[in-house]
Amino acid sequence: MARIAGIDLPKNKRGEIGLTYIYGVGRSTAQRILKEAGIDFNTKVQEWSDDQLTAIRNIINDQIKVEGALRSEVQLNIKRLMDIGCYRGLRHRKGLPVRGQRTKNNSRTRKGKRKTVAGKKKATK
Amino acid sequence: MARSIKKGPYIDFNLEKKVVVMNDASKKSVIKTWSRRSMISPDFVGHTFAVHNGNKFIPVYVTENMVGHKLGEFSPTRTFRGHSGDKKK
Repeated sequence: MARIAGIDLPKNKRGEIGLTYIYGVGRSTAQRILKEAGIDFNTKVQEWSDDQLTAIRNIINDQIKVEGALRSEVQLNIKRLMDIGCYRGLRHRKGLPVRGQRTKNNSRTRKGKRKTVAGKKKATK
Repeated sequence: MARSIKKGPYIDFNLEKKVVVMNDASKKSVIKTWSRRSMISPDFVGHTFAVHNGNKFIPVYVTENMVGHKLGEFSPTRTFRGHSGDKKK
């Protein structure tokens, strides 16, 4: 079982894909890491030798920010925007889209589940 | 898309001139400005700007964190007071 940066990698996947289970590592970063460690992209995670594993660990430790450190960095960036009270910060505070998307409809990812408002009563008679 | 680095930050000339004059005289007063498009440069830190939002001037006290943003980002142009049904949470 390969354990990198506090994450258990899936052992049956190709190395290139397996590494992307780490927060902060996508396809291109995974490929860069493997290239630098001199490992074929297609080698399964379980087929890595201990030496190769250490090489990968070292590269990740030295060169890229992953998992907790990266998450807190992102949070700090958002917090900075909120603290200085700029437009992007205000949007973060309100939980609305930050980059100028429309909010008349959609943007459910930011706004969350629909909150239904009672409709207007029909005129009687 | 972000502005090209080659061009450098955009700051309205008049505004920059006023700040430089104030820095030289090392005094502080509120600068009224319509130039929402100007980038906040490190010289601006510690000054207060009254930034127009299309209706009135919003006072913005510039801190170090704000460098690199535009003045307009701190002076909201829209007021949203909530929908009619939202009276109670």
